[in-house]
Amino acid sequence: MYAVNYAKPASVADAVAALSAAEDGKFLAGGMTLIPTLKQRLAAPSDLVDLGAIGELQGIGTDGDALVIGAMTTHADVARSPLVASAIPALVTVAGGIGDPQVRNVGTLGGSIANNDPAADYPGALLGLGAEVRTNSRTIAADDFFLGMFETALEDGELIVSVRFPKPLAAAYAKFANPASRYSMAGVFVARTASGVRVAVTGAAAGGAHRMETMEKALQADFSPAALDPITVNPNGLNSDLHGSAAYRANLVKVMAKRAVAACG
Amino acid sequence: MSTTVSLTVNGKPCTVEVEPRTLLSALLRDKLGLTGTHVGCDTSQCGACVVHVDGKSRKSCTTLAVQVDGAEVTTIEGLAAADGTLHPMQEAFRENHGLQCGFCTPGMVMSAVDLLHTNPSPTEAEVREWLEGNICRCTGYHNIVKAILDCAANLRGAQQAAE
Ligand SMILES: Cc1cc2nc3c(=O)[nH]c(=O)nc-3n(C[C@H](O)[C@H](O)[C@H](O)COP(=O)(O)OP(=O)(O)OC[C@H]3O[C@@H](n4cnc5c(N)ncnc54)[C@H](O)[C@@H]3O)c2cc1C
Ligand code: FES
Ligand code: FES
Repeated sequence: MYAVNYAKPASVADAVAALSAAEDGKFLAGGMTLIPTLKQRLAAPSDLVDLGAIGELQGIGTDGDALVIGAMTTHADVARSPLVASAIPALVTVAGGIGDPQVRNVGTLGGSIANNDPAADYPGALLGLGAEVRTNSRTIAADDFFLGMFETALEDGELIVSVRFPKPLAAAYAKFANPASRYSMAGVFVARTASGVRVAVTGAAAGGAHRMETMEKALQADFSPAALDPITVNPNGLNSDLHGSAAYRANLVKVMAKRAVAACG
Repeated sequence: MSTTVSLTVNGKPCTVEVEPRTLLSALLRDKLGLTGTHVGCDTSQCGACVVHVDGKSRKSCTTLAVQVDGAEVTTIEGLAAADGTLHPMQEAFRENHGLQCGFCTPGMVMSAVDLLHTNPSPTEAEVREWLEGNICRCTGYHNIVKAILDCAANLRGAQQAAE
């Protein structure tokens, strides 16, 4: 790892100020993605601004019928939150299925979505639930937030404060995990909401998490696994690597989508 | 640039000079001589480096020392009693032959102790799932899982006897 400066501010305002004062700074959340990247010298920021001491970024609360989860909330805290389990149990499945226990003990919601790894789980959940990302300066709809592999709508120095997840009528997440890393080879998040069915796929496509309109239409007409039978997932644009071909992933997307629909009950 | 961090390591307070880029694993091994914490990969996947930070298991190879300034850290060296009596999890690994070369063992034991904190009666499936972040190249996991289940049963037995 290259030498780097380090600061641990206690408020959102100080963190944003510290980052804008830095020559080429980066926020540090759980570090489960950033530290391995630094160790491999794939990134060389001048400064790390550690978000670990900022109370405003912690915790799980409600806002009307929605859940609001702070950016620095760990996957383990989401997975064992009674509030999440009663409002949106599918999020327990998402957070509890990320990586391994030690990754879940420190990895955070904010870090996961800011990073937007094409195989990460949370981006699928945000798109599937029609969540909103709240930053230090604005609110961004999930549909406008994820812009492709490792790309998001965040401006330089913009800090994710929390995510607002509207409560669906029913939702479920089905993931086929890579047996080594546990990242999704195909993960499908299905939600029945007051404004219609939403289906989001993560892990399969090179461009990362995205909605699946053909499946949404089919499920809108008939919310059952069988409604997806006539749909063929197009392998164009899906990843093809040593873990599985594009055609294999296309099939996995359909199988996971059917499992998620079945799990919605 | 260097800075100081103050930690409690295995019950002993210590203040050490580090760089911001110093990993907790490097602090423990190189500065404090606690070489029981192993480093087996550079992809944060093997779990040989797992220690407890404020009671929770964490990969010390993927933690900056400065991030855990002020924290309580327990390493494999801190588990046994002062008189050398092994921790029940260490004893269970010994009894059940839960190790061969021993490289993964410190991380396995630290991870397993954390499991029993959160879930004192895990099923075999739960133990295997919990060990997702600990890779062993020797044992095939069978005796590791047996050791953890055995330790859980022993601790439950000891607790019942005490009640
Ligand atoms: C072995 C292993 C297995 C994993 N398996 C999975 C898996 O199965 N599924 C999955 O989804 N993920 C997986 N991950 C990734 C894990 O979920 C990480 O926790 C996550 O990607 C990053 O979160 P973090 O808190 O560690 O962020 P960091 O690594 O600290 O930061 C990641 C990036 O986000 C930026 N950032 C962090 N917080 C904010 C914020 N609040 N506002 C703006 N920018 C911010 C940082 O500057 C950095 O660029 C795995 C990781 C490991 C090491
Ligand atoms: S050395 Fe830490 S996970 Fe491998
Ligand atoms: S005993 Fe050799 S790696 Fe596990």
